Amino acid sequence: MAKLNLVQALNLALRQEMERDDRVIVLGEDVGRDGGVFRVTEGLIERFGEERVVDTPLAESAIVGTAIGMAVAGLRPVCEIQFDGFTYYGMHQIEAHATRLRWRSRGRFHVPLVVRAPYGGGVRALEHHSESREALWAHLPGLKTVIPSGPRNARALLLSAIRDPDPVLFFEPKALYRAFREEVPEEEETLPLGRSRIAREGGDLTLVAYGAMLRPTLEAAEELSRQRGAEAEVIDLLTISPLDDTLLVASARKTGRVAVVHEAPRSFGPGAEIVARLVEKAFYHLEAPVARVTGYDVIIPLFRREAYYLPDVPRIVQAARRLLEAP
Amino acid sequence: MPRTPIEIPESIEYLSVLDETGRLDRDLEPRLEEGLLLRLHRTMLLARRFDERLLSLQRQGRIGTFPPSSGQEAAHLGAAAALSPEDWMVPAFRELAAEIWRGRTLESVLLYNAGFNEGGHIPPERNDLPIAIPVGSQILHAAGIAWALRHRRTDRVAMVFFGDGATSQGDFHEGLNFAGVFSLPAIFVCQNNQWAISVPRARQTRSRTLAQKALAYGIHGIQVDGNDLLAVYAAAAEAVGRARAGGGPTLIECVTYRLAVHTTADDPRRYRTEEEVESWRRRDPLPRFQKYLADKGLLSEEGVRAAEEEVAREIQQAVERAEEAIKALGDPLDLFEHLWAEMPPTLREQREELIAALAARGGEETHG
Repeated sequence: MAKLNLVQALNLALRQEMERDDRVIVLGEDVGRDGGVFRVTEGLIERFGEERVVDTPLAESAIVGTAIGMAVAGLRPVCEIQFDGFTYYGMHQIEAHATRLRWRSRGRFHVPLVVRAPYGGGVRALEHHSESREALWAHLPGLKTVIPSGPRNARALLLSAIRDPDPVLFFEPKALYRAFREEVPEEEETLPLGRSRIAREGGDLTLVAYGAMLRPTLEAAEELSRQRGAEAEVIDLLTISPLDDTLLVASARKTGRVAVVHEAPRSFGPGAEIVARLVEKAFYHLEAPVARVTGYDVIIPLFRREAYYLPDVPRIVQAARRLLEAP
Repeated sequence: MPRTPIEIPESIEYLSVLDETGRLDRDLEPRLEEGLLLRLHRTMLLARRFDERLLSLQRQGRIGTFPPSSGQEAAHLGAAAALSPEDWMVPAFRELAAEIWRGRTLESVLLYNAGFNEGGHIPPERNDLPIAIPVGSQILHAAGIAWALRHRRTDRVAMVFFGDGATSQGDFHEGLNFAGVFSLPAIFVCQNNQWAISVPRARQTRSRTLAQKALAYGIHGIQVDGNDLLAVYAAAAEAVGRARAGGGPTLIECVTYRLAVHTTADDPRRYRTEEEVESWRRRDPLPRFQKYLADKGLLSEEGVRAAEEEVAREIQQAVERAEEAIKALGDPLDLFEHLWAEMPPTLREQREELIAALAARGGEETHG
């Protein structure tokens, strides 16, 4: 097994799937000759040619909109939108058509489309390059919103996303692109969409996270263990919507103390839905108010102040302590 | 460093074959066989009478809001007639005659407008998308479909319809631009019906024509008399042939007029004069085409009467069949269907919730 970073793991998934299935087409801005601004599509144009790895004009609505047409007519397009801040140009096509064509045509058509975009902070970027607005997408019926948390699950989830018969928004935590390496098997490995996983077992409290927030959450869990001997169970959502609440509800019933961690703004964020599910399904097991450790309801600041916005280990530990100390 | 002119070699043509007085340009007349001409007439007549019937059904409260297409039949039917069944058609929402031509049943239109999703079903033999309501957004799908058709090495093409208002949308620009850059086998048919609800064509663009916008994308463009079925057919056939042969996309501007309301919720008296409507009634594509067929000796007055009776019967039967079909469409749980290949657990829970809510009401809430 090779040790790959997130960029390499995603590249492996694209390469293997393009080899396996000649219907797969990669399109977007700078995905060809340049290999993508984060190099996720590096080497693909040399291997598969410019008909399958397409440098498009600079127009996100058309990248998504033409990909919808391709998908309807039998291809498996994988669009790259360069940054999450530019996905909104394509949002109308996703909301109005990608999520609806199966429904509108009563099953005659479906839209096997993947829209990849880097999301989140942590790379000292310009405005519009650091947002975490997955909740906007998670609200759309008919769309799967997937966020991997590391190289191995990213590769496995991207394969599943490309093979999924319905549209998938695949948000890549850009802070993790080159942050660490993991063993990623060369042979094919997939993970089902719409399933969360237990990233760390524990019985004293539950921490729910995903994407780039998984790592600080796991670190916080280790610190809690060291400091207080409290063992946190960490749930990694992997798919934001449709939300799989089975593991987090089961964990909440076990521990009674839950914090949700995300870098998205708090109000109406994914945490709000998670808390609602806990209230509906685990209310009588809760020992303390559910905590939300999140970004604030502001525009994420430029990078000098970004660290104050993003949840980090101390904030997660602090919230966890309050949970543990609740009567 | 002098200012030097940049030669832009293309110019835009206007095509008219059969004018409003019935005069025919025999050199430009497309050679269509008799059977095809009569089928086109029959479809145009059916669409016109059906449109009128839909309006009366709407006024009686038997169907919901819908966008009538009367007056524009030559524009969309003439274009769609140049397609083969294997080609793809991407409609906006005012292409009734073209949809009927491509095989959409009247019952399907009735079910859809009566508020049943079942009316949106596209049967496997039709390579057409369902209607698209957000203006201009479907233009990109046609470009993408055309892209896939070429990628798969077929000689098929995709034709998309939209109105004059759509040409102001970004998706129009992006669609034509992509089609141009990648030389896609797509035909962009603009039904310029002069009005985007209350906003006139002149308020959409300062360009003299919509067709000339093709020049900016480096693609073919032509303006045609959109109430002249022969002109539209000729322009579309040329564009389809070119696209099939790898010659790239075409923008066709059909100059036509929406004789009726934008939708049944609209009152055009607020923004346009009766004189204007009257002047366009004189250019109505249906009598013009009937006169053409009569002059060719293909359609007598008796023939028109017979065709009228036939379509009236067909429409009546469709209305009766649709009303019968609606009685079997009461299942409220259908609202959860066709969103996903596999229904997620959350949605299954919500479905159970509706089942329980219905049971609690003693099943009174099922409607037919």
